Amino acid sequence: MTVLLVVVAGVLWSCGTYLVLGRQLSRIVIGIGLLGHGVNVLLVLGGGDGGTPAFVGGDPEQFSDPLPQAFVLTAIVITFGVIAFLLALAYRSWLVTSDDEVEDDVEDRRIAREAEGVAEIGAQP
Amino acid sequence: MTALVTLPILLPIVGAAVSIGFGSSRTVQRVISVVTLSSVTTISALLLSRVDREGELVVQVGGWSAPIGITLVADRLAGIMLLVATLMLLAVLLFAIGQPGAETHHTGFHPVYLILASGIAMAFLTGDLFNLFVAFEVTLMASYVLITLGGRPDQVRTGMTYVVISLLASNLFLLALAFVYAATGTVNLADLSSRIAELPDGLRSGLAVLLIVVFGVKAAIFPLFFWLPDSYPTAPTPVTAVFAGLLTKVGVYAIIRSQTLLFPPDTQPGGLLLVVAGLTMVVGVFGAITQNDIKRILSFHIVSQIGYMIMGLGLFSLAGLAGAVFYIIHHIVVKTTLFLVAGLVEQRAGTGQLARLSGLARFEPTLALLFLVPALSLAGIPPFSGFVAKLALIDAGIGAGQYVIVAVSLVVSLLTLFSMVKIWSNAFWGSIGAGDAPLERSATRSAGALMTGSTVALVGLSVAIVIWAGPLYDLSERTARDLMDTRPYVDTVLGS
Repeated sequence: MTVLLVVVAGVLWSCGTYLVLGRQLSRIVIGIGLLGHGVNVLLVLGGGDGGTPAFVGGDPEQFSDPLPQAFVLTAIVITFGVIAFLLALAYRSWLVTSDDEVEDDVEDRRIAREAEGVAEIGAQP
Repeated sequence: MTALVTLPILLPIVGAAVSIGFGSSRTVQRVISVVTLSSVTTISALLLSRVDREGELVVQVGGWSAPIGITLVADRLAGIMLLVATLMLLAVLLFAIGQPGAETHHTGFHPVYLILASGIAMAFLTGDLFNLFVAFEVTLMASYVLITLGGRPDQVRTGMTYVVISLLASNLFLLALAFVYAATGTVNLADLSSRIAELPDGLRSGLAVLLIVVFGVKAAIFPLFFWLPDSYPTAPTPVTAVFAGLLTKVGVYAIIRSQTLLFPPDTQPGGLLLVVAGLTMVVGVFGAITQNDIKRILSFHIVSQIGYMIMGLGLFSLAGLAGAVFYIIHHIVVKTTLFLVAGLVEQRAGTGQLARLSGLARFEPTLALLFLVPALSLAGIPPFSGFVAKLALIDAGIGAGQYVIVAVSLVVSLLTLFSMVKIWSNAFWGSIGAGDAPLERSATRSAGALMTGSTVALVGLSVAIVIWAGPLYDLSERTARDLMDTRPYVDTVLGS
């Protein structure tokens, strides 16, 4: 079971990484969501082997560790909020540029152009 | 007494909630924010003086004992950071109120700003790795909103980069947390310091590097800094100033805290940190030299200056850590001031592009002076605060025999001076009319008393750092001693 969950986390992370590397914000949002799920699976795994539900009676020795579950709940809430914000940002981007692509930095492009210009001048005999 | 530790976190949150309720009246919102942040500043000062006299102050939230519950700890480092941070937040808030722009147009500015203050305070005061993650998220969530406040196309573009990078870093942080918890079964910092020492070497170095990467993205160290110079300059001036002064330093604080407390002295990655520090300094300052916009130049300088703080940590000596703490105090004040001055220049001339500015010193001699003091201080010219801070670091470097990093830091200081002189000679000197920015002597464009006043106060503060450099350095040294010997911290938290 542990190995299966580790593989699941790995697959979620690879898919998430692939999507995050794209330029469209809508893809990045899905990618971030997948990464978040992958981490949550790992966090639950961090609590060790499963057991009976905590705090509802029974033998405390048999309880599964409730702390990672509390972490995961917190993380899910935070990811939810941030993804809502990202979607709003993507919508805003679509409103102002009718696209949700993440563009290059304007200043970087200027400096890159200058550098190319210098290289061309240098190449001329 | 425990209220001293909890109030800096709780007051701004309550203030934010009340502030939302008074969304229709900007005056009430202003009063709430100013009163809240002034009280938090006073509380931080009391907290620092008490912690400095009587040692660490610990609060177990909800009465759950240390390794299980959420722990808040105030030690000297946290106290210093908190006091400097709240002072900056207050000064920048006054600047924002005086500036026509973001603060006036958006109902959300005050509540979000207060939440940012609360998140920063929580990051400094927490004694728990997971709570540190939550504090980062609270701070970042507020910063996402502030950096895109206004929704202009360029803000949306840079906001995307900023949000996505921060989210990736947060995910990595959670991943690190999962590993730490799986390996040790605890996330309490004091408890971790003994548990991590029992782990095998390889696992321990892996965790150390993972944490450096996670906090390195927030602190903008090489090679994880590229998002910063892109996203900071587009935000409204007060927002950029507060981000430049505080947000990266929260990352630096987290690096210092985790590396000194969690990992035993014999396996600290000092060499790695020194290499990273040198590259951060050099790449940052070269980036700054190629830029043509005041705010972008200053943004690259944030990166460069982070290198000095990491250098102090990388030496892992008493003098090095003391120098790093002193440098952080100086840097937060000076960097915030410079961004506020850049805001004043933009307010007066309508642009921050160096090519369009000229002869500003003739119209605004006060503004020129306000720029000159923090600029020379940033470059480390005596007798300003940067000189004392760099002297402490370089002395520590020579003491530790790390001559390469000392040489690098001296060269970078020279290059910093070069790029400050570039701003000075382009924007402030030169003949009137050489630039095409509208610089007529018009009263409408000049900055209000509140904007100038808060900038003057910060310049005064940076001068005060020099005047009281002796006592301040002694305080930094006591802080460094705490960081080197973590036993009192651990014992106080775990109550043994």
